[in-house]
Amino acid sequence: MISGVMSRRTTARPPVVVLVLAAIAVTFFALPLLGLVWRAPWSNAWEYLTEDDALTALRLSLWCSAWSTVASFVFGVPLAWTLARVPFRGNGVVRALCTLSMVLPPVVGGVALFFALGRRGLVGQWLDDWFGIRLPFTTAGVVVAQTFVAMPFLVITVEAALRQMDRRVEDAARTLGASSWYTFRRVTLPAIRPALVAGGVLAWARALGECGATITFAGNFPGTTQTMPLAVYLSLETNPEAAIVLALVMIAISFAVLVGLRDRWFGRQSRPELSA
Amino acid sequence: MTLHADIAVQLGTLDLRAELHVADGELLALLGPNGAGKSTALRAVAGLQPLHDGVVQVDDRVLDQPCAGTFVPPEQRPVGVVFQDHLLFANMTVLENVAFGLRARKVSRADARHRALEWLERVGLADTAHDRPAALSGGQAQRVALARALAIDPRVLLLDEPLAALDVGTRAMVRRDLRRHLASFAGMRLLVTHDPVDAYALADRVAILEQGRIVQTGTLAEVAAHPRSRYVADLVGVNLVTGNVVDGVLHTDRGAHVVIADAPAGPSFAVIRPHSLAVTRDLPAGVSSRNVWRGVITDIDRLGERARLGIDGALPLTAEITLAALDALALRPGDEVHVAAKATDIEVYPA
Repeated sequence: MISGVMSRRTTARPPVVVLVLAAIAVTFFALPLLGLVWRAPWSNAWEYLTEDDALTALRLSLWCSAWSTVASFVFGVPLAWTLARVPFRGNGVVRALCTLSMVLPPVVGGVALFFALGRRGLVGQWLDDWFGIRLPFTTAGVVVAQTFVAMPFLVITVEAALRQMDRRVEDAARTLGASSWYTFRRVTLPAIRPALVAGGVLAWARALGECGATITFAGNFPGTTQTMPLAVYLSLETNPEAAIVLALVMIAISFAVLVGLRDRWFGRQSRPELSA
Repeated sequence: MTLHADIAVQLGTLDLRAELHVADGELLALLGPNGAGKSTALRAVAGLQPLHDGVVQVDDRVLDQPCAGTFVPPEQRPVGVVFQDHLLFANMTVLENVAFGLRARKVSRADARHRALEWLERVGLADTAHDRPAALSGGQAQRVALARALAIDPRVLLLDEPLAALDVGTRAMVRRDLRRHLASFAGMRLLVTHDPVDAYALADRVAILEQGRIVQTGTLAEVAAHPRSRYVADLVGVNLVTGNVVDGVLHTDRGAHVVIADAPAGPSFAVIRPHSLAVTRDLPAGVSSRNVWRGVITDIDRLGERARLGIDGALPLTAEITLAALDALALRPGDEVHVAAKATDIEVYPA
């Protein structure tokens, strides 16, 4: 019955104005991509691509963005849960603080990270003295910089889902003898799975494209901190053709992940969280 | 061996103070209008709503007693709950739903699945074990919710409006099923409902909760025979008159007089059954032994062979007359009528 209603809704004729505006939006996104494809040096593409530097940057990018996505999950989901579920004074201030890096110019974020975690930074000096940990200009530093700008995307997505979900399902789990941790793992997380996937993809995409914070905090050393976006940015001056090829590769990878995940996960998003 | 709950909870505009006792093997229905605090009382017993004062005790074990600092969290209480819209876990199969409580209690996977399947067989749903809850009908989902709650072997089973989420067509059948399955559970059962039909079908005893207070308890027959509030009177379908008895006459606040057979003086309730009332246009003859009140018809409901008249006056009443009488008198809303009742038809009991 429900699916009948939905299919009728989707077959209803959409308003023309909306369609036209939507088409303009699609064109707006598609045109720059076409521009790249148009200017790409297709005959030499393979050579640019198989250059050591390019492959190294690509590998580093995938590696770092994967780790920063993991870090975003490990710390971001508990943060989202706390913001959504624990009523405390200054909740709003904490949320603003934790999502500030979304609006901050990434370069500023990188500089701020440097002052905090750099070798002479607020905390960085102790990290160095006590543990011998130096983050700036290391691969770990890239992950830190990427996580700094990427995690908020996961946090706000997951927090919204936690606020929207029917908390009585958690009550039901508690009455069945589930501890709050067991309930969180077996009931809460599965219930917000679409948001976890969406937030994870957003965070990963943001990490993959991260440029400003990385270059200011971690620098631009091929093999250790030069990620794809940095390689593209720098090649634009020295070798624009190579830059275009690298950019297209990045776009292709992101595109494949976004499309793949969409079909696999977002198709289920309309599924009701509760059985009636 | 009882559930004893002396519940005091303030929640927004709700001020709940209710004392409940459920004996072993008994099913108590907590009956009341929406917003009376029924679900809050149930949540307090389950541990989902901490008490502000009072005590919740099952057998000899205190589960919640703020003044002693005792609070047993819901997951450690011997209490199973069937929720209003079942609240099955959509991401798990039916079998995993029923096994959930056992798994949460560290029962091995194989053992939990085995016992869950037994429960599904008991409620006749073994063939749906590997379906998702979304594939179940409302009645099936409720049986799964019941099996899930009973699989953890609770001492107390709580049911929150178990039939409210079902459509009218299936409700009667599901109610019969539920009655049968509840009968097989020997522990204490507390049912929250706003529907007296559920209470009739399922409960041994009812407690009427209105605006956070228990106004009446007893078997449904006892409660129906001597309603003590407008709500219960409306549920049962009788007129309830409150007033003060002096010399065989009950005086209401609005200045109406009701002559009664005999009753001790003092604040009292009087029940006037709608079908015991006679309605006429003119003042009836031979009024000596009868009560006659004047009023204006406010509404007329035709119910099969009979009609219910709402009559407003010094003593607002609902009268029930035959359709033949209604047609003979050609009554319409707005008409002025006389309503008569024999003193001996009016039951009076102390307030």
